[in-house]
Amino acid sequence: MWKFLHKLASPPHFYDLSAKIIPWFSVGALAFIAYGTIAGLFFAPADYQQGDAFRIIYVHVPAAYLSMLAYTAMAVSAGIGLIWRMKLAHAVAAAAAPLGAWFTFLALATGSIWGRPMWGTWWEWGDPRLTSELIMLFLYFGYMALRGAIDDTAKADRASAVLALVGAVNIPIIHFSVEWWSSLHQGPTLVREGGPAIVPAMMYPLLAMIIGFSLLFAALLLARVRSEVLYRERRTHWVRKLLMPSEEST
Amino acid sequence: MNSDEAKIPGLWHGLRSIVRRDLLLAWKRPGDMLNPLFFFAMVSALFPLAVGPSAEQLAISGPGVLWVAALLAALLSLNSLFLNDYEDGSLDQIILSPQPLPLLALGKSVSHWLVSGLPLVIVSPLVAMTFRMPVETVGVLMVTLVFGTISLSLLGSIGAALTVGLNRGNALLSLLILPLAMPVLIFGARTVSLAAADDAVAAGIYFLAAYCMLAITFAPFAAAAALKISNE
Repeated sequence: MWKFLHKLASPPHFYDLSAKIIPWFSVGALAFIAYGTIAGLFFAPADYQQGDAFRIIYVHVPAAYLSMLAYTAMAVSAGIGLIWRMKLAHAVAAAAAPLGAWFTFLALATGSIWGRPMWGTWWEWGDPRLTSELIMLFLYFGYMALRGAIDDTAKADRASAVLALVGAVNIPIIHFSVEWWSSLHQGPTLVREGGPAIVPAMMYPLLAMIIGFSLLFAALLLARVRSEVLYRERRTHWVRKLLMPSEEST
Repeated sequence: MNSDEAKIPGLWHGLRSIVRRDLLLAWKRPGDMLNPLFFFAMVSALFPLAVGPSAEQLAISGPGVLWVAALLAALLSLNSLFLNDYEDGSLDQIILSPQPLPLLALGKSVSHWLVSGLPLVIVSPLVAMTFRMPVETVGVLMVTLVFGTISLSLLGSIGAALTVGLNRGNALLSLLILPLAMPVLIFGARTVSLAAADDAVAAGIYFLAAYCMLAITFAPFAAAAALKISNE
């Protein structure tokens, strides 16, 4: 187990391994998202109150879920990088931030589009989850801005790791405080006592979309970490050998 | 060796020394202390000028405006928290000193609050009066501002430590700290609004106090880690 982890932490090994994993994740993501899209848009019954407008949840809920998962992944890998000084973990954190920001933006955009017919407004400050999602986006921006402002990669890694951890401590507090502030959003549907309050024909496509989005995130993250690793290790022997085999032989 | 170790002053002495030093520095440069206060008063004055002088409107927006102004004033002074020490090299001495760095970071936050937060709390009733805030509500405003500004000084010390020595530090600091400061703003402003509506305020004040305790406990450690990283 420890040997496996040690090997995984070595950039060349990660580079080889991820090349083999990414296609699997991509195919899985494609399959789940294709099923979720078709079943969600064509076969799931229309909602008795919201009509067809509810179908945007097949993008909205997975995006919102991933905006939090990406932050968790970022904070955990930043913590690992900070504590065990693992360079690969910092690369993962750096790669996760823009992805998380995009998913957050997607969740906000779809939520806003859904809000127009449902609440009659593009933006509703009274809704706690919309507001805390917006704060989440600002947290991502802050993280990326700090990283961009420091030229030295090692220093940027560690400084932004501290920020990611401070943010991770604050996220539950932010969610709670915004919740306390006011509530208009519909309550949790999938995970709640007494089982999901959603018919299976609506639920399975949603679950498929969540799994598909997660796989997509994993594939994109690995691809981004790969390029991040190449950039960071650009002066090392193995990268030169990989990118310029002809130069190496002369 | 033993006699050298014996000469290292205790924790309490270390904390007191750095607070006293920073207060002395602030006293010699009163502008640094007054600027955030003027800023607070001016931002508060901007709102009635922008939204109109009607009494009902001011009564509704007053708590929020005062809290936003206080938050911005605290941010304004946070940028210089470690900057002067960084520029004249005394930050290196602080990091090298035998005292634990989190303790000294706490000391910096304490003196920052005494110089910027406390005057703001004291001045706030004056500004609140112009917003026609009832006297009972002013008391609640001051209590929330006490806990809120302490939290902001501590939270801000993390941001200031992360951005010290960066060229674009000032704007970046706001970008880092504002999202984290939202809970303080929400509870601070909302509690004062509730007080103005004769509603229960205990929950909000308890939350702010709890947040303040959390910040006192953890923020100095995060700030110390950040100082070490950005000064290496």
